[in-house]
Amino acid sequence: MSAGPPPGRFVWLAVVVAGVGTFLLRASFLFLFERVGGVPPRLERALRYVPAAVLAALVIPALVAPDGAPTVLGNDRLLAGALAALVAWRTESVLATISVGMVALVVLDAVGGVV
Amino acid sequence: MTQSARDAFLAGARAVAPIIVGIVPFGLVAGAAAVDAGLTLLDAVGLSVVVFAGASQLAAIGLLGDGAPLALVVVTVLVINLRLVMYSASIAPELLDEPRRWRTLEAYLLTDQAYALSVTRFERDPGTNRRWFYLGAAAPLWGVWQVCTVVGAVVGARVPAWLPLDFAVPLTFLALLVPAVEGQATGAAAAVGGGVATVGVGLPLEAGLMVGAIAGVLAGVLAEGVVGADAAGTGDDGPGGGHA
Repeated sequence: MSAGPPPGRFVWLAVVVAGVGTFLLRASFLFLFERVGGVPPRLERALRYVPAAVLAALVIPALVAPDGAPTVLGNDRLLAGALAALVAWRTESVLATISVGMVALVVLDAVGGVV
Repeated sequence: MTQSARDAFLAGARAVAPIIVGIVPFGLVAGAAAVDAGLTLLDAVGLSVVVFAGASQLAAIGLLGDGAPLALVVVTVLVINLRLVMYSASIAPELLDEPRRWRTLEAYLLTDQAYALSVTRFERDPGTNRRWFYLGAAAPLWGVWQVCTVVGAVVGARVPAWLPLDFAVPLTFLALLVPAVEGQATGAAAAVGGGVATVGVGLPLEAGLMVGAIAGVLAGVLAEGVVGADAAGTGDDGPGGGHA
């Protein structure tokens, strides 16, 4: 529950503007590349690194700095995430990765971060 | 035709099914948080339908609940979603042969999960029917997200304190990240992307994510210059190689 004042009457306008802007971000190169007659080969090579770079930029801070500052000792999420990464690598199963990671974190939380 | 539309759609749906397990609580929380922050049901649902990007929705809800200026809400959403530009560029070579109205739909449905599943599959199995595998992964995500945010907004979301459901989202991205790391060059992209994003965690507007992502791509390109491209990443697809 938030203690702040209720959002104003123009929230819908912010939602629409943010939504249109987000759609334009999504559509950007799906349409721009058509104008320039395809994807420049050198750029296409660089774009191959997008999945690894962006997904790591999403994952690593969530594991290493779950509370906003990088923490190693007593960081249950880092430990659970490392275990899940091992499972992901060995099984390539999304379900197994999520399951093991969740169970590991619940157990580590219950044990109370002994490490 | 390399793969029937139906088979490709079902393959995409099968690939996304376990990810949806992790999306359900996230959607319930997003719907409930919007109403808790004082948004009307229509605004809460509108946020999911119009913006359709979970992390940015939660950030917007937090700001709206604090009474932040609407311009700041919009800018924050757009900065968090800037990574979608990289996805748009990265998946474009696979979808450029699509008619524009299909590409418009594909753009609207573009998410971290649909993007990562699709580009990984297209690279490993070049015979994949692009449009229908992508839609098979993207459309169920959209539907489940809408249903869950409505349910969360109407019913609320009560998560037991001992169950850290928010952890399911990074775990999902982790499961998508691991197969994307195929060797030294992609490994360098991931290490630098993750490392820089972690250092930049405190940056305003969650800008650390974008700075990390760009640094990671550059690191991948530089590493490729030194150690060569990763084996699986050197498919002999010509530029703009269209299958479909």
